Amino acid sequence: MTTDTMPFSFPGLIRKIFVRVGVLPFFLLGALVVFTLLSPKFLTGQNLVNVMRQSVYLVLVSLGQMLVLISGGFDLSVGTAIALTSVVSATVMVWLAGIFPDAIFLVILLGALAGFAAAACVGLLNGIGVAYFDVSPFIMTLGASSLAGGAALLLTGGVPVSGLPFAFADVFGFGRLWGVPVPVIVALLCIVAMWVFMSRTSLGTQVYAVGGNIKAAHLSAINTKRTLMMAYVGCALIASLTGLLLTARVESGEANLGGTITLESIAACVIAGVSLRGGIGRVENVVLGGFFIVLVQNGMNLAQISSYMQMVLLGALLILAVIFDQLRYRMIMGGS
Amino acid sequence: MSKLIETRGLTKQYPGVVALDHVDFDLEPGEVHVLFGENGAGKSTLISMLAGANTPTKGSIRLDGETVSFDSVAQAQAKGIYTVFQEFSLIPTLTVAQNIFLGWELRRGPFLDHRAMRARSREMLEELGFDIDPSAIVARLSRAQQQMVEITKAFHGDLKVLILDEPTASLTDREVDHLFDFVTKLKARGVGIVYISHRIQEFARIAERVTVLRDGAVIGTVAMADTNDDALVEMMTGRSFDQIYPSITNDPGEILLEVAGLHAPGISNARFQVRRGEVLGVAGLVGSGKSRLFRAVMGLTPVQSGTVTFKGRDITGATTRHIIKGGMYYLSPDRKAEGLDLATTARDNLAVNIVSGMRNEGGSPFVRWRAVNGSIDQISDHVELHAGYRNKPVSQLSGGNQQKALFGKCFGQEADLLIFDEPTVGVDMGTRAALYLLIKQLAEAGKAIVVISSDLPEAMNIAHRLLVLAHGRISAELSGQDMTEDTVLKYFFDETGATL
Repeated sequence: MTTDTMPFSFPGLIRKIFVRVGVLPFFLLGALVVFTLLSPKFLTGQNLVNVMRQSVYLVLVSLGQMLVLISGGFDLSVGTAIALTSVVSATVMVWLAGIFPDAIFLVILLGALAGFAAAACVGLLNGIGVAYFDVSPFIMTLGASSLAGGAALLLTGGVPVSGLPFAFADVFGFGRLWGVPVPVIVALLCIVAMWVFMSRTSLGTQVYAVGGNIKAAHLSAINTKRTLMMAYVGCALIASLTGLLLTARVESGEANLGGTITLESIAACVIAGVSLRGGIGRVENVVLGGFFIVLVQNGMNLAQISSYMQMVLLGALLILAVIFDQLRYRMIMGGS
Repeated sequence: MSKLIETRGLTKQYPGVVALDHVDFDLEPGEVHVLFGENGAGKSTLISMLAGANTPTKGSIRLDGETVSFDSVAQAQAKGIYTVFQEFSLIPTLTVAQNIFLGWELRRGPFLDHRAMRARSREMLEELGFDIDPSAIVARLSRAQQQMVEITKAFHGDLKVLILDEPTASLTDREVDHLFDFVTKLKARGVGIVYISHRIQEFARIAERVTVLRDGAVIGTVAMADTNDDALVEMMTGRSFDQIYPSITNDPGEILLEVAGLHAPGISNARFQVRRGEVLGVAGLVGSGKSRLFRAVMGLTPVQSGTVTFKGRDITGATTRHIIKGGMYYLSPDRKAEGLDLATTARDNLAVNIVSGMRNEGGSPFVRWRAVNGSIDQISDHVELHAGYRNKPVSQLSGGNQQKALFGKCFGQEADLLIFDEPTVGVDMGTRAALYLLIKQLAEAGKAIVVISSDLPEAMNIAHRLLVLAHGRISAELSGQDMTEDTVLKYFFDETGATL
C-alpha cells in the first residue's frame, strides 16, 4: 500500500507491471532462468526457433480462447473442435481425391472448408446456448466438447483417416515460404488480423464491452447476442484452422488431436493477463502466453522431466496464474 | 450524562488522501445523531471505523467510557454496535429466518432447530412491525423488505448502538414511517443511533443532533432544534440551497415521444407525450412503476399492448439497440450493475458508446482511435470529469465521478430524447449541481429530457411537467402552479383502482 506513494521504488515498479500486464513477465523470466540453469541446450537460437515453430498451434488456439474469455465466457470445446475438423476435413479430402485425382488443390480447399463448417457448427451451438438461452459457458462448451468429440469418433470408428493428398502435408505441414515454415506464416497472419480486430475495429471494442458489463453494453446499443455468437464462432474457426495445420503435420485425420490444448489455451490466456471475468486481455500478451507454455514444456523435456510430472506442473502453473489473476483483479478494482 | 460513543481526533489516512481528519464525535444513549455531508466527506469512513470494518490511523474510540479497538465487524457486534450497511449482508438464496440467524443458529442437540428459528424470527419481525414471512426466500423480497431483514439481524445481542447507512434510500414512505416508529422505540430503550442520510427532510422527524462533515473534517455539530434545512445544506456544501437547481427555459417544441394505452409488466394504461426542449419529471414511490414505465418504452421489458411512437415512427416492441440508434438514450439508475464496466477506465467506458455511435453513421468497421480519444476528452471536459480520473478504473472513482462518466456515455451517441433514471443517486451536492447544469444545457439545446427521480424536490425543481405514478398507473400530470409538494404527495398515494 505504501509503495504507491514512492513512484520510483522497485516494488512499486513490479506492482505497476503486474497490474498492467499480469504475471507473465515474471513467469517468463523465471522460466528462462530455471531452464537455462537446468539444460545448456535450452537458451540456444536453434532451440528457441524450434519452440517458436512448435508454439504456433497453441498460440492460434489461445487467440480464439482469448476472444471468448474477453467476451466473458470460456470455451472448453476447442480441443474437440480440432479433432472434428481433422476427421471431417481428412475424410472429405480422401473421398474427393478419389473422384478428382487431378484437381488436388480444389480437393484440399473443399476438405478444409468442410472442416471449417464442422467446427463452425460447434461454435454456433455454443453461441446459441450462451447468447440466446443464457446457459453458463462452462456447461455449454463442456457439453459441446463431448458432442464434437463423440462425433469425431463416430465418423472414423476411432481409426485414423489416412491417405491424404501428399500436397496437403507438404505445403501446410512441412512447407516453407521464403524459408519460413507455412504454419508460422499462417499464425503470423492470424495474430495480425486478431490484433487489428480487437484493437482497431468497433466489433472488437464491443467484445470488450460485452465481457466487461453485458448490461451496460446492452444499454449502449450493442448487439450483445450477436457479439457473443461471433466470439464463439470465431473461436471455433481459429481452432479449426489449427486443426487443419495439425492434420497436415500428422498426415492423417485423427480424433484424438487437440487432447490437452483446451486447458493449455486457457492457461496461456490467464497467464497472459486475460481476465476470467471478461473484458480484459491483449492479443500480444496472449501470443507470448502461448509461447511461454510451449517454452516451459520444451524446457521440461530438455531437463528430462517425465510427461506425467509435466502434467502436474502445468496444472500447478495454471492454478498459480489464476490466483495471481484474482490478486490483480482486486488491485484493479480496489486501487490500493 | 455519560456518552455511549466518543471519538477523539479520529483520523484515517490513505496513501495521498486524508479521508478523516481529527474527528471528534459523540453519541448519547437514546439519541439519533445524524451524519450529514457530501459523498466523500468522510461519513462512510467514520462509520466503518465505529463498525469495526476499518481501523483508524490515529485517534481513539471510546464505548461507555472505555477505550476500544475493533479488528472486525464481529468484535464491534459483540460489544453491541451493529451496523446496517448500504450493501446488505444477506444471502439471497436462503430464507429470511436463516439469514436472521446466520452465525447465531439455534440448535437442538447437534442439529439446527429450524422451527425455533422461524418462530423466533417471526417474533422479532413482529416486534419491529415488519410484515415479512420468515420462510420467504430473501431474493424474492423487495429491496425495502431486505433492508428490514437486515435491520432485524441487529437484535440478537445486547444492542447499544445502531448505525444506519442511508436506510431510507430504497423505502416507500409507509415503510419509512415504520422505520421511524421503530427508531423511536429504540430511543426509548436507550439505544444510540448513528444515522446517515442525504434526505434532509427526514432529520427533523427523528434526529436530536446533526454533525456535518466536509472533506473529512467536522464542520460543526448542531442540535436539530436550533437549525434548519437551508443552514445545514450551506454547512455541507458551502453554498446555498437555491444555487443547486438551475432555472431551465421552457420552450416545448415538436412531440418526440408519444405513448398511448401502454400496458407492460407492472404498468397499466400509460399515456403521455414528451416534447423537444422540455424536461419531463417522473415521480412516484419505489415500486410505483416509474422506472418500469420507461424500461418498457426502451424495449427492456416487453410491451403487452399499446403503442410507443418516437419521432412519428411506431417503435412498439423494437429492440433496445434499435431504439437507442433511433435517438433515445436511457441512463440506468444502477451504475454499477448495468451502467459501467467497473474494471476498465472511464476512457474505455466512454469509448464503447462513441465507437458504437460511429458505426451508426455507417462508417468503416475500423476505429479511428485518435478521433475517438478526441471525442472522449471533449465529452469528459463537458461533464467535468477531470483529466486525472479518465485513465483510472471506474471502480476507483467516487460515486460522483462514476456518475459523471455515466452521463458522458449519453453524449457518445447522438440522442434526441434522454431518459435519466435517478440521475443523482448517491452523488454529492457539488456533482449534483454540475449534472443539473448538463440537463439544462441539453434541454435548452432542444433535446427532450425525462428525469425519473425518487427525490421529490429534485423532480419538482428540475421538471417543467411532472408525471406522478402510483401502482403502475399515471395518477397525475402536473405543471406550473399545480406542482406543489402536497399535490404530488396526494397522487403518490392515489388509491384509484389499486388494491391497497
